[in-house]
Amino acid sequence: MSDPLLKVRGLKIGATVYPADAKPHSIEIVHGVDFDLAKGKVLGLIGESGAGKSTIGLSALGYGRGSVEITGGEVWVNGRDILKGGISGLRDLRGAEVTYVAQSAAASFNPAKKIMDQVVEASISQGKFTRAEAEDKARVLFAKLGLPDPDNIGSRYPHQVSGGQLQRCMTALALCPEPDLVIFDEPTTALDVTTQIDVLAAIKEAIRDTGVAAIYITHDLAVVAQVSDEIMVLKMGEMVEYGTVDQIINSPQEDYTKALVSVRSIEHEEKKPTAPILSAKNITARYKGTKFDVLHDVSVDISPGQTLAIVGESGSGKSTLARVITGLLPPKAGEIDFAGRKLTPDQPSRSIEDLRELQMIYQMADVAMNPRQTVGTIIGRPLEFYFGMKGEEKQKRIQELLDEIEMGEGFIDRYPAELSGGQKQRVCIARALAAKPKLIICDEVTSALDPLVADGILKLLLDLQKREDVAYLFITHDLATVRAIADSIAVMLQGKVVRYGTKSEVLSPPFDDYTDLLLSSVPEMKLGWLENVLATRKMESAGN
Amino acid sequence: MHPILKMVSQRLALGLLLLLAASALIFAGTQILPGDVAQSILGQSATPEALANLRRELGLNEPALSRYFSWLGNAVTGDLGTALTNGQDIATSMGKRLGNTLFLAFWAAVVSVPLAIFLGLLAVRYKDRWPDKLISGVTLTAISIPEFLIGYVLMYFIGVKLGWAPSVAMINDTMSLGQKLSTIALPVAVLTLVVLAHMMRMTRAAILNVMQSAYIETAELKGLSSFQVIARHAFPNAIAPIVNVVMLNLAYLVVGVVVVEVVFVYPGMGQYLVDHVAKRDVPVVQACGLVFAAVYILLNMVADIVSILANPRLRHPK
Amino acid sequence: MFKNIPISALIGLFFTGLYFFVAIFAPWIAPYGMAEAVGDVWEPSSSEHWLGTDSIGRDLLSRMIYGGRTTIFIATAATILSFTLGSVLGLTAAVIGGWVDQAISRFVDLIMSIPSLIFALVVLSVMPVTIPVLIIVMGLLDSTRVYRLSRAVAVDINVMDYVEAATLRGEGRKWIIFREILPNALSPLVAEMGLRFIFAVLFVSTLSFLGLGVQPPNADWGGIVKENKDGIVYGIPAALVPAFAIATLAISVNLVADWVLARTTSLKGGRD
Repeated sequence: MSDPLLKVRGLKIGATVYPADAKPHSIEIVHGVDFDLAKGKVLGLIGESGAGKSTIGLSALGYGRGSVEITGGEVWVNGRDILKGGISGLRDLRGAEVTYVAQSAAASFNPAKKIMDQVVEASISQGKFTRAEAEDKARVLFAKLGLPDPDNIGSRYPHQVSGGQLQRCMTALALCPEPDLVIFDEPTTALDVTTQIDVLAAIKEAIRDTGVAAIYITHDLAVVAQVSDEIMVLKMGEMVEYGTVDQIINSPQEDYTKALVSVRSIEHEEKKPTAPILSAKNITARYKGTKFDVLHDVSVDISPGQTLAIVGESGSGKSTLARVITGLLPPKAGEIDFAGRKLTPDQPSRSIEDLRELQMIYQMADVAMNPRQTVGTIIGRPLEFYFGMKGEEKQKRIQELLDEIEMGEGFIDRYPAELSGGQKQRVCIARALAAKPKLIICDEVTSALDPLVADGILKLLLDLQKREDVAYLFITHDLATVRAIADSIAVMLQGKVVRYGTKSEVLSPPFDDYTDLLLSSVPEMKLGWLENVLATRKMESAGN
Repeated sequence: MHPILKMVSQRLALGLLLLLAASALIFAGTQILPGDVAQSILGQSATPEALANLRRELGLNEPALSRYFSWLGNAVTGDLGTALTNGQDIATSMGKRLGNTLFLAFWAAVVSVPLAIFLGLLAVRYKDRWPDKLISGVTLTAISIPEFLIGYVLMYFIGVKLGWAPSVAMINDTMSLGQKLSTIALPVAVLTLVVLAHMMRMTRAAILNVMQSAYIETAELKGLSSFQVIARHAFPNAIAPIVNVVMLNLAYLVVGVVVVEVVFVYPGMGQYLVDHVAKRDVPVVQACGLVFAAVYILLNMVADIVSILANPRLRHPK
Repeated sequence: MFKNIPISALIGLFFTGLYFFVAIFAPWIAPYGMAEAVGDVWEPSSSEHWLGTDSIGRDLLSRMIYGGRTTIFIATAATILSFTLGSVLGLTAAVIGGWVDQAISRFVDLIMSIPSLIFALVVLSVMPVTIPVLIIVMGLLDSTRVYRLSRAVAVDINVMDYVEAATLRGEGRKWIIFREILPNALSPLVAEMGLRFIFAVLFVSTLSFLGLGVQPPNADWGGIVKENKDGIVYGIPAALVPAFAIATLAISVNLVADWVLARTTSLKGGRD
C-alpha cells in the first residue's frame, strides 16, 4: 500500500500572546495531533471556537497565522516532510500541491485585481500551466461551480459579484492549479442558509469530479457530514474522536461528540395562541434618508408567555421589526398594541411602564454590556431604575437573578471581559429579567455562540419562560433554533411576512416556495441529506 | 456620470468652497476682532490724526463685507494690495519669496519622501524587532522636539563646530544651482527630520494595514515569493494610502518652513510673514495667510483625490 | 500601584513631575532674579552660574526656571481651555447628532483647513500680544483637534448596544453621557490631553521664538532661545539649553501619554 497523501504526526502548534498586564509569552494551542488522509478522500475537522481546527488545517500548508507557529511534529505531503524543506520548499508546495479556501472570500480576494488574474495566478507562477491553459481551466471550473456567465465573470472585480459567487470563485481559485489537497476553512459559514446549500453542493461536486482530497473545517457537524468521508472531532487543541462519518453521526463514542451530535434536539411542546400581549398591525417602515420600505405591511401577534419566532435571511427586515417595536425606528404606517395599551411610535415618548415591560437581548453580548461596569451594576441598574431598590434589598435580588441564570456566587464584582461568551449572554438575560418584563425581544441571541453554548442558552430561556411567564419575540436565521423554541412562527422575505401561524402550521406542508426552500436548505445531521434535497429539487423543477 | 468623476468634482468643489471660507476666516481674523485694529497697530500713544489716516488707508470706514469682497476680488486677479510699512506691491515682493520657499520645500520633499518610505518599509520588515523599535523611538523623540531646536543643534554642530555647511542660508539669483543647494543643505536637513518622523510612522501604519489583509495571506498561500506578494498584491493597495501620507506631510512641511526660514535667515515666505506680523502690516499678513492656506488646502485636496482614484470599488462600479 | 508601570512611563512621570515642581516653586528655587544682570555676556558655566549667563549677563539657570514657569503655565492653561471646550462640544455633538453636530463639525473642518501656526500669526498681527491672548488663541485653535477626537470616540461608543440598551431602559441623557460614554472615552481622552499639552508647549515656544509670544523682559523658553540665538554662530550654545528643556519636557509627557494609551487596549474593567 502506498503512503497516504497527507500524514500528520505529533503536530504541536504554539502561539505568542500579548496580554495587556503581563509580558508576552508562548502558549500551546494544539497538543500533538496525528492523522492520515488518503488521495481523493475528504476529512472533516469539527470543533468549537478555540479547538484549533483552522490552525491544524493551515499546518498542511506549513503556515501559521499571525504569531502562530508549528512547534513540533511532522507533516508529510506526498512523501516528504514539508516542515523540513524551509520556506522555498513550502513555496513549491503552496498553490501547487495544497491550496486553501478561506471563510471570507470577500476579504481574501485582492480588491484591486480582476478575479481571473487571481484565480490563475498560482497555476502560472508555479509553472503548472500557461496563462491560456489556466484561463480555460478556470472557465470550466466557473461553469462547474454554477457561476453565471462563466466566460466573462473572470474579468470582473471582486466587489462586483455577490458573496456566494465570490465564495465559488475562491473554490475555483483553489482548484485551478489541480492540487492534490484543498483546505476548506469554514467556506459556507458566512453565507445565508439558502446560499450555503448551493455553494456546498458546488464544492462537493467539484471535489468529486476533480478527485482532489480535501480537509473541510467547520463548526457545523451537519454540514461536514454532507461532504466528508471521515470526521475528526477536536476540542481545545486535542483530538476527541476520529471515525467515518457514519460512525460519528450514528454511533458517537465520546460524550463530547454525543453532545455535538444531539445539539439542537431540544423538544418544545407548542402552546395554543391566546389573546395577544403584543400585536403589531400593518407596520410599514423605512430608514431615514432611504427611498424604499424595509418593512411592508407587517402584522404579527404574540401571546403572553409564548414565543413568536421571526425567521428570515439577511436583509429580510427581521431586525428592523424589532427596532420598530422598541420605538427606535418609528414606523411610517401601522400601530402596535402592548398589554392592552397603544404604544407610541417613538421610544422617548413611551412611559416607564412600557419600557420596563418590553426588554431586549442582543446578538453580541460583548457590546451589549458596558465594559466598565460590573455584573452587579449591569443587573442592578434596572432594579434601581424601575423599582428604586437600594442596598441590601438590591444585592439580594441581584444574587437571586444570578441564581436564575445558573451563575451562582462570585460573579457580582466581575467585569464582562472576565466572563465567557455564554456567561455574558446569561448576564444580558438577567438584566432583561430584572425589569420583570412581559415581553423580551431576542435578536439572534445564539448566533454568535458555539452550538453547545447556544443550546444551554435556549434551554435557559425556555425554563425562564415557564417560571416567569414571559413572552419572547425571537429573531433568528436558524430554523433549528426555531423548532426548538417557537410556539408560532413568522417567515419574512424582503420586508414581508410570507408565512405566519403556529409552529405546526408553518412547518407542515403544503409550503409556499420560499418556506420550502428555506426549510429544505437547513443542513440535517443525516448522511446523504444534501443529495436527497438536490435530487428532490431537480425532480420538482423537471416536473414544472 | 461615472461615479469617480462625480466624486472628484465634488471634492474639487469642496476644496474651492473651503478656500473661499478660509479666505473669509483670514479676513475676519484680522478685521472683525474686538477692539480697534488701527489702535492695536499703532499702539496706545497714537495721535488721533494718525489713527484716522490709518483707518482710511485700511478702508476701515467702509462696511466689513464690502471690504472683504473687494479684497477677495483683487486677490483673485493677482492684486494682493500694497504693504503698509513700505508701500510696495505685495504680489511683487511675495513672488520671488514664494519661489524660494517652494525651492526649499521641493528639495526637502525630494530627500524626505523616499527616505521616509524606505524607513517605513524597513520598520514593517523588522516589525517588533530592534530596527522597528529604534525607528519608533526616534520618531517619538522627533515629534517632541521643536523645529528650531533641530535647526540650532544642526547649525551649532554641523555649521559652526564642524563647518561642513553654511550656518545661514542666504540665497540669491546669482548663485548656481549647486551653490544654492549647498547653501540650503542645513534647512533641508531640518525640514527632512521634521517631517520624516510623521511620514515614516504613517507609512508604517499604512503598509502594516495592507500586509495584515486576508488577501495577502491568500497570496502567500499561493506559494508566491515575498517579492511577488509585495509587488503584485501589497503595492497596488498600499500606493493610495502612501500617497495620502506623503501629501499630508507635504502640507505639514509648508508650515514647518516658516520656523526653519527664520532660523536660517532664508529669504522666503515664512520670514516675510513673520517680519510683517511683528510690524503689524495687516495686508501682507492677510496675503501670506491666504497663500499658505491655499497651498495647504490644495495638498489636502490632492491627497483625497488620490484616494478616490485609487479605490477599485469606485473605479469599477457594479 | 507602580508595579505594572513600564520603565519608560516611570521616567516620563518623574521628569514631568520634576518640571512641574520647579515651575510651581520657581521663586524659591531660582538662585537669582528673573531680570537681574549678574555677570558678563555669555559667561561659560561656573559654580556661581551653573548654566552660564545669557546675552546681557543674566543668570541662565534662573531665567530657565522662571521661563519654564511661564511656558508650563501658558501650556497648561491653553490645554485646559482646549480640552474643556473641545471635549464638551465633541461629546455633545456625538450624542445630540443632527444639525448641531453638522454645524460644529463643518466649522471645525474650516478652522482646521488653515494651519494653526499661520492662523495664529494672522490673528496675533492685530491682537495685543499678552499672555491671556496667547492662551485664548492657542486654546481655541487647538480645541478643534480635541473636538475631532472626542467626537469620534463618542460616536464609536454611542452606537454600541449597551448605549442602546440604556436608551431603551429609559435613561436620561445625563446618565448616558456620564455613566455609559464617558467612562469608556476617558483613557483615549487623557492620552490626548498629554499630546495637546506637548503641542501647546511647542506652539507657545515657537511663537515666542518668532518674537510673537511672551514679550521681554518676561520670557518663556522659546523667548530665551530667541535672546541667545545670535551666540550660536560664535559657537556659544546658550540657546540650546532652553531648546533642550522643551524637548525633554515634551518627550516625558509623551512617554506618559503613550503608556496611558497603551493601557486602554486592555479593557479589563475600570478597576485598575
